[in-house]
Amino acid sequence: MEPRWTNASALWLKGARLVDPIPNLDEIGDLLLIDGKIAAIGKVDIAEFSGKTLDVSGKIIMPGLFDMHAHFREPGREDAETIETGCYAAIIGGYTGVAIMPNTAPAIDNVGIVRWVEERAQGLPVDVCPVAAVTKGREGKELTEMAELFGIGVKAFSDDGAPISSSRMMRLALEYSGMFGVTIIGHEEDKSLADGGVMHEGAVSTALGLTGIPGISDDIMVARDLILLQYIGGRFHVAHASTARSLDLIREAKSRGLAVTVEVTPHHLSMTDESVRSFHTSTKMNPPLRLEQDRKALLQGLKDGTIDVIATDHAPHSWEEKEREFDQAPFGIIGLETALSVVNTCVVEEGYLTWLEVARRMSRNPRRIMQQSEVALRKGEPANLVCFDPARSWTVSESDFGSKSKNSPYIGKTLKGRVVGVVRNRKTTMPIER
Amino acid sequence: MANEGRTVWSHRHLLGIEQLSAGDIESILTTASSFKEILGRPIRKVPTLRGMTVVNLFFESSTRTRISFELAEKRLSADMVNFSVSGSSVSKGETLLDTARNIEAMKIDMVVMRHSSPGAPHFLSRYLSSQIINAGDGAHEHPTQALLDLMTLRERYPTFKDLRVTLVGDIMHSRVAMSNILALKKMGARVAVCGPPTMIPRDIQRLGVNVTHSLREAIQHSDVLNVLRIQLERQQVGLFPSVREYHNVFGITRDKLSKAPKPLTIMHPGPMNRGVEIDSDVADGEHSVILEQVTNGVAVRMAVLYMLAGEGSELGKPIVT
Repeated sequence: MEPRWTNASALWLKGARLVDPIPNLDEIGDLLLIDGKIAAIGKVDIAEFSGKTLDVSGKIIMPGLFDMHAHFREPGREDAETIETGCYAAIIGGYTGVAIMPNTAPAIDNVGIVRWVEERAQGLPVDVCPVAAVTKGREGKELTEMAELFGIGVKAFSDDGAPISSSRMMRLALEYSGMFGVTIIGHEEDKSLADGGVMHEGAVSTALGLTGIPGISDDIMVARDLILLQYIGGRFHVAHASTARSLDLIREAKSRGLAVTVEVTPHHLSMTDESVRSFHTSTKMNPPLRLEQDRKALLQGLKDGTIDVIATDHAPHSWEEKEREFDQAPFGIIGLETALSVVNTCVVEEGYLTWLEVARRMSRNPRRIMQQSEVALRKGEPANLVCFDPARSWTVSESDFGSKSKNSPYIGKTLKGRVVGVVRNRKTTMPIER
Repeated sequence: MANEGRTVWSHRHLLGIEQLSAGDIESILTTASSFKEILGRPIRKVPTLRGMTVVNLFFESSTRTRISFELAEKRLSADMVNFSVSGSSVSKGETLLDTARNIEAMKIDMVVMRHSSPGAPHFLSRYLSSQIINAGDGAHEHPTQALLDLMTLRERYPTFKDLRVTLVGDIMHSRVAMSNILALKKMGARVAVCGPPTMIPRDIQRLGVNVTHSLREAIQHSDVLNVLRIQLERQQVGLFPSVREYHNVFGITRDKLSKAPKPLTIMHPGPMNRGVEIDSDVADGEHSVILEQVTNGVAVRMAVLYMLAGEGSELGKPIVT
């Protein structure tokens, strides 16, 4: 599904709950958008208005979301997703910015490919920030030309999906990237423990006869990288944390002032390995769904501020690849379209985060880590916002996705709260009569 | 059971022991006993499944299970077809789903399926309209093996209640172990597993089984040993140091068994590695029921086929003979 845009060069949004951590705003008010900019915020009092008005009372308006962990499959697997369809998914989910991972074919590991990706993203209503590979071809052997990549605007590096097994290589990456103040994003997995596994190792994997990926495979890698970070310096971001133990390690490292940040996915916040009992491959991802105690620890980590970011790990796979035997299907699920609804259902409604904190973790913090310009609900700023209806329950169906792929575990599930639409500059996807 | 004549069999598929109740298992065992009687007759064939077509879809090599199913189908007068692929269907470029759908398009009633991927029959059951019998899915389940093991035990013991059964060997890679654990627990038996820690899957105690790494202890406290096959390739990935050491520590020998307070019943799902997990004099000894298990396999599979064919109907009606 392609988002439908309408012109919003003069739009008056009335009575929303305006939430933005940058000015520490959480109040009911209006937004007046003129020529793609916020002309007035809060109490809007104008006698004559010839533009469109929309009553959004009961809805929440936040700065447009930013996902710092998505896979758009281009170049290489355009059958599963393209940069364009990935952006459809983003817009439907309320995201106006996305960092895309370099595990493409070929990998995003040189200036030429970064430029090509940026060209493909040109004109799309989403800011697409390529994350470049740490090592050439994501092979863990030689560093990419980071200085040159930094020179054209790359702010983060990751061999995502291919953990950097060699401690020496990770050391070099932290050392070299430290020159530019960019971030290394780590997919934390000790391959020698994890290889062959297809789900979390525990009572459920035992009962299902599926090979397990122990939680300690993540923990060991996180511990190693935090030790390296302390020794070397640099900036390090832990992708998709999934275990209680790894979070404890990160919490402790943060208390010592290490420059480490961490993200969690909506699926690790909402599901556990029990879901795999269905043998549905939409419950297969890496890191795998863990135990209830891990899920609870992640929620607690969001609440106490240990976790900086909620990121989707949006990983499209074609039906042919995914709809097969569990152990033979690829890892990964899509998540952009459902993220905010899942967060509302499992995090906000459960009392773990306020909306202000949601905005911090889904808009402000990821932009900050990715060194993108601030997006704020302030007079004079460009219009870049998401409108969310927290009261609207919906049952997810295949037709609700913008992604080319439909590998979502939430299909058929009822979620509370739904994105109404976004406004980006002079256009909006909100349902406004023409 | 007092009310067995009124038990309604409501399962469309036999995907695993997990989905069965104690009553279901009891019904299958009772039905299997009637079929075993038929197998002892001069003419061992009944027209019960005449007109039904069963496909044995084996994506993994198997001799005894496939032949056992074949015989069960033939004894019940079903039309049967074998489909075997060595390795997986992927090697031919066709997906599992396409293979199964193509076979189903030829108008069949039941699929007996063996596959190396756990959950493969569960996956297919979402797409096929045929009834599916799981004949082994990876290291997950092998329900008819567990049922034939229980049938064999029921012939020797008055009740499963508190019967002490220990599964010995590579528990981690064994669908036989998992289905036996589930079935025995449902019937009230006390189940233990014994093997090297490298071949005991994580958190198996959560299934309500005891774990021991001492064969001596297992022999002391069991009525039955179910000895699992050791796949020799597991040594290559380091799960045990050598066949010699495995035999020394976990191999079932007459000498080790002589320490038992009373003779233990010896079972093995086959095929055996004689001299590795079990010595010949034990396998062929007076307390071995290994060949009885094989005989009961045909009877149990006849019972399962019969009961699935009569899905939703009341049990206890006479088997047409």
